[in-house]
Amino acid sequence: MTTSTVSTPTPARNGSPPRRRAGKHATLLTLNAVSIVGGIGVWWVLALTGLQLPTPPEVLAKGIELAASGTLAEDLLASLGRVLAGFLLGSAAAIPVGFLMGWYTPARGLFEPWIQFFRTIPPLALLPLVLVLMGIGELPKVFVIFLAAFLACVISTYQGVVSVDRTLINAARVLGAKDGTIFLRVVVPASSPFILVGMRVGLGSAWATLVAAELLAAQAGLGFRMQQAQTYYDLATIFVSIVAIGVLGLVMDRLLLLAETRLTGWQERR
Amino acid sequence: MSTDTPTLTGTAKISVRQTRKTFALKDEEFVALDGVDLDVADNEFVTVVGPSGCGKSTLMNIVAGLETPTSGEVLVDGAGVTGPGPERGVIFQQYALFPWLTVRKNVEFGLKVAGLPAAERRERAEHYVRLVGLEQFADALPKTLSGGMKQRCAIARAYAVNPSILLMDEPFGALDALTRVRLQEQLLDTWSTEKRTVLFITHDVDEAVFLAGRVVVMAARPGRIHEVVDVNLPYPRTEEVRLSPEFAELRNRVWRAVYHQTQPQTQPQTRTKN
Repeated sequence: MTTSTVSTPTPARNGSPPRRRAGKHATLLTLNAVSIVGGIGVWWVLALTGLQLPTPPEVLAKGIELAASGTLAEDLLASLGRVLAGFLLGSAAAIPVGFLMGWYTPARGLFEPWIQFFRTIPPLALLPLVLVLMGIGELPKVFVIFLAAFLACVISTYQGVVSVDRTLINAARVLGAKDGTIFLRVVVPASSPFILVGMRVGLGSAWATLVAAELLAAQAGLGFRMQQAQTYYDLATIFVSIVAIGVLGLVMDRLLLLAETRLTGWQERR
Repeated sequence: MSTDTPTLTGTAKISVRQTRKTFALKDEEFVALDGVDLDVADNEFVTVVGPSGCGKSTLMNIVAGLETPTSGEVLVDGAGVTGPGPERGVIFQQYALFPWLTVRKNVEFGLKVAGLPAAERRERAEHYVRLVGLEQFADALPKTLSGGMKQRCAIARAYAVNPSILLMDEPFGALDALTRVRLQEQLLDTWSTEKRTVLFITHDVDEAVFLAGRVVVMAARPGRIHEVVDVNLPYPRTEEVRLSPEFAELRNRVWRAVYHQTQPQTQPQTRTKN
């Protein structure tokens, strides 16, 4: 989830001709394709030579079958719904709390011990407790995802606020801005790169927590599907779920990355 | 020493009175400014030059209202300074442009804060962007500008809120020598079309003499005014003025005042930190 910045388009720097850059890009893409095809080939060979694996065509057929029956869509929607609910609520709570912590010292003093404490606990470790307290519906799963996203995002937002350049705040003050305006027009935009990084980390964390939570307690969802397939020794379904989890995670990460480059493209690259 | 310094209380645009600023360092106090007195007349261009640690930036921050003096006071138009105000525009050495805003939006910032309607904002921003010659870059982000262009944008931003005073803290200090000379000339152009009271901090003796009607030379440890030199050279200050023997003479005088300061008797030189 952190390596994807490599592909961010950067404006051509003086001294490196665009053609060579394009050529380098094409080479990279070719190598990517070769690697994927090669990897699938190795998997296929392993499946044929005795390892207890389904072959790629078997997985593909299973995927089509699950898609046609609507099971795949149902699982995707169940998982996505949970992760988005938890992630959006977590980020929505983290941003104001992070701002409060960075802006008001008392808020920092009050929030920090709890955040530091819960940060050391994997959210999933709280699942047994949460299940007992909140029952086995959607709530406990959304709650642990919320916690995962919240903790990742709140620290990052707080750090963004405290690292806002003092000169920018002074510049706004001498232009007549009062605290409220400085907060909205200087602190918020200046810390937005930090917030977006926090959200990306939070999303990765939320996604990981979701799948594990579904493995433990769910009636639908990609994690649940895998768990059920395990009892029937249905390896093809497990493979389909793994691929779906990976692809969805990648798509969501790329969407956030896109938002990040759109919203924070003003940053000077060093 | 200065002869025609506006000293009559009440007539000065900026009046710094017995201003002292100390900072607590580990187990002693560091005197950044020791009883500074300075009057600046309306529309006067005053430069402050001195070695590092002489408190010239502290002086400017106090006039700007970004720092409060330990004792003494600063009057602007006869009223005590209690904080920053839109009648005092500040230009920082590090440009301090908002990197997420275009040149135009940066210039509009203060106008937006003041609550001006969008049309008027745009019109005024347009005017000042043109005044500093950045009209082709009005919609560019600061990251695409050179240092000199950034500082021109900052000057336009400060001018746009129509302050009667401009406080400039080594604004050209980070620029190369050629750009610096060009910006000095442009600043004087701008200043001659739209007169303001300017307090300009610098460590560059040539710059101090070229721009100013009066050069205030400061000394360090403790920070204080060492000498005030009147620059009786005509405006506009052309290249001819810069290369004239009168300029050279003044420059030499200021140079000696800056680099050959006699140590004060009041405080032995114990500090190494500035």
